Amino acid sequence: MKYALKKFAAMLVTILCISFLVYLAFDLIPGDAALAALGTDVEPERLAALREEMGLNRPFLERYFDWLTSFLRGNFGTSYKYKLPVADMIVSKLPVTVIMALISFAMMTAVSLPVGIYTAKHSGGRIDRVITVVNQVMMSVPHFFMGILITYVFGMVLKLFTPGGFVSYKVDFWGFLSYILFPCVAIALPKIAMSVKLLRGSCIGEAKKDYVRTAYSKGNNTNKVLYGHVLKNAMIPVITLWGMTLADMLVGSIVIEQVFNIPGIGRILLTSISYRDYPVVEAIIVLIAFVVVATNFCVDLIYGMIDPRINVGAES
Amino acid sequence: MARRGKNVLFVSMLLTLTIALGGCAGDKEAKGSDQIAQSQTTAAAGTENSGTEKESAAQETEAVADSHITIGIPQDLDSLVPSLSQGAGTQEILFNIYEGLIKPDSDGNLVPAVASDYTMSEDGLTYTFTLRDGIQFHNGNPVTVADVKYSIDTCAGLNGGEPVISAFSNIESVETPDDKTVIITLKESSSSFLAILATVEAAVVPADVADLQNNPVGTGPYKFVSRSLQENVILERFDAYWGEPAHIKDITLKVIADADSIVMNLEGGAVDLVARVSTAQAAELSDSFEVIEGTMNLVQAVYLNNQVAPFDNEKVRQALCYAVNKQEILDFVSDGKGTPVGSSMFPAFGKYYIEELNDTYSTDIEKAKALLAEAGYADGFSFTMKVPSNYQQHIDTAQVVAEQLKQIGVTANIELIEWETWLSDVYQGRDFEATLVGVDASTLTAGAMLSRFRSDAHNNFINYDNADFDAAYANALAAEAASDDEKATQYYKECETILADTAANVYIQDMCELVAVRKGFGGYTFYPLYIQDFSKLYLTD
Repeated sequence: MKYALKKFAAMLVTILCISFLVYLAFDLIPGDAALAALGTDVEPERLAALREEMGLNRPFLERYFDWLTSFLRGNFGTSYKYKLPVADMIVSKLPVTVIMALISFAMMTAVSLPVGIYTAKHSGGRIDRVITVVNQVMMSVPHFFMGILITYVFGMVLKLFTPGGFVSYKVDFWGFLSYILFPCVAIALPKIAMSVKLLRGSCIGEAKKDYVRTAYSKGNNTNKVLYGHVLKNAMIPVITLWGMTLADMLVGSIVIEQVFNIPGIGRILLTSISYRDYPVVEAIIVLIAFVVVATNFCVDLIYGMIDPRINVGAES
Repeated sequence: MARRGKNVLFVSMLLTLTIALGGCAGDKEAKGSDQIAQSQTTAAAGTENSGTEKESAAQETEAVADSHITIGIPQDLDSLVPSLSQGAGTQEILFNIYEGLIKPDSDGNLVPAVASDYTMSEDGLTYTFTLRDGIQFHNGNPVTVADVKYSIDTCAGLNGGEPVISAFSNIESVETPDDKTVIITLKESSSSFLAILATVEAAVVPADVADLQNNPVGTGPYKFVSRSLQENVILERFDAYWGEPAHIKDITLKVIADADSIVMNLEGGAVDLVARVSTAQAAELSDSFEVIEGTMNLVQAVYLNNQVAPFDNEKVRQALCYAVNKQEILDFVSDGKGTPVGSSMFPAFGKYYIEELNDTYSTDIEKAKALLAEAGYADGFSFTMKVPSNYQQHIDTAQVVAEQLKQIGVTANIELIEWETWLSDVYQGRDFEATLVGVDASTLTAGAMLSRFRSDAHNNFINYDNADFDAAYANALAAEAASDDEKATQYYKECETILADTAANVYIQDMCELVAVRKGFGGYTFYPLYIQDFSKLYLTD
């Protein structure tokens, strides 16, 4: 419990640091939010007035702490560009990104678990070797390129979906699902490959250990040893990977959203960065940071549950 | 055994690679041959269609009740409140929802809109507008003179606060003597007042709708239905529109943030029309699309910081002008499409535009070298040319220019910067040697293109300082104040000639604008300003 609290505190500090760094980065890069809003057609008086209104003339730390206090009170601010509450903007787009990440995650677990176990069991066999090669290729193809390939093959040639024909989940939920299926495949494929490789390697590694020999000598058959003993231990590194992958999928969908023209969190983030829309960027980055840190935290806790040997509380 | 395993691995790797690479090559080839076939068909289609289609379509459209078009737009709209809207990309769309007392037509003339008629007093200080009979807002309420007064007052800062349109700080008062008349009085006469009044920012909005941001209400041919951030904006025809009603009933404006997916969106059927596609994209389109050609109405040039050495030397600037071959740039970058220009004015301006200035510097490498030598740069020099990274056409042009300048020993290092950085560093901070961009006009007044080159202009980002120019510009303003349009035009032309003669910038072209339209739609109309008029679109079959 003490361990969990400690981790939790570290998590908060991490997020705080990230929010500060983002604010700092925005202060350092060239570009001015007021100017970005007004464009070339700007008169100096109007620019000065807008800078004052946005509070851009105040010292950096003062602005940061102002932002931080209102953020902690649950007030995420108003977007400079759209003049809409940031919280509303995120809430309306979050489901798109989250559903995509969850579907990709489900695809990954559903495919990589059986395939990983199969290849471990039949390692060195013909199918195993083919899968190893395919895995290698999948892993080395960046997911945005996978996205382009998928759009071309399934969208343009096979016409299984209309590239760019995204419909909102609010308008047509099934249409939405059938569209994001392909982007999800693009996100999931490299992760499946990684996950299969890790699970296979982990199983084979475990199978060489002494307790496996003991298990066999007690009269268990291969399947019993595999599912009853080996897999339990082999899953530990895989679960770490999955935890990080879930976070990675949420973040990685930013790129895929661009490729498939999906208006999710990623799209809002990118346009807001180029528009110097600090309140929106801050809120989204803090959200992403939270997701990454929180999944890691959860993975740590799950460790202890699967493997009592990892007594996470013992160190203190 | 191990050996065999390795071989299998190697062979299968090789196989996948071959397939992957083969796929790529095949793709390219197919596209290449498509391109040629297409450019021929579009050329043919372009000439045949134009005349006959329009008439038959106008009759048919009445019958199509639930017509729909999806239009791709490169960025989401910012504010839906006209006076707060900022991007040109937003205002060109809002043009369909909102109208001012007057508005521009496709020839650039100002025509009555919310007002049915207007007169200007002889001294140019008082404008009297008559409200159009029976005109309604999208919410069904009649437009009143109080709404007009509220809208103009807001823009002029007379309701408290800074003027939203700075030129409107010139407004002395807005009066409504009766329920049909609005009188606007200016502090001093201004030739550009009407042009600014016709912009979307000065549109008439209802005084009693508090939340225009989420509930935009105007008087235009289309009314707002809904929006989803970064996804789409949905419009519907306004049936009680006072003027000629729009043809197509429903419009979905779809945000395509990634320029690379425009072709895919068109071909896949997700969108029917995209304005401003590049020549490369246009060439990729299949023959189910028609590509219409217009001009962008801007002046693309290598804008030179006239205060920074060596560009503070007129001879150096002229040398660059002699070294650059505009036609070659057009041929390379846009298949020869576009209109070369020789000063800060583009053809759509009509009477202000001087075509001959284009010939001020006909490409002459020897002369350029001689000028450089005279200026003391016989061995050439190198400079940095900043180019906004989001405009591919500017980048392409910059590369050709850099190549051309090599011939006279001048090295142009291209530095790509973000648009927001360009705004703050180059435009506002004037921290640059040279930059390649397009400068457009917010209104169709000569001042919109020329006023920035006065030595004391706040937006004189090239630091141009020429007493003759300042004098000619002052004369033009004086002539305008005296309502002598002919004389004013003459002085404005003098300004343009001075810019050309002193080689203020290396002027290149007014770029071509290509609009991709799915066959079956017609009526796309070009405006000399940044405007997309959806009300003129119609179905052809």
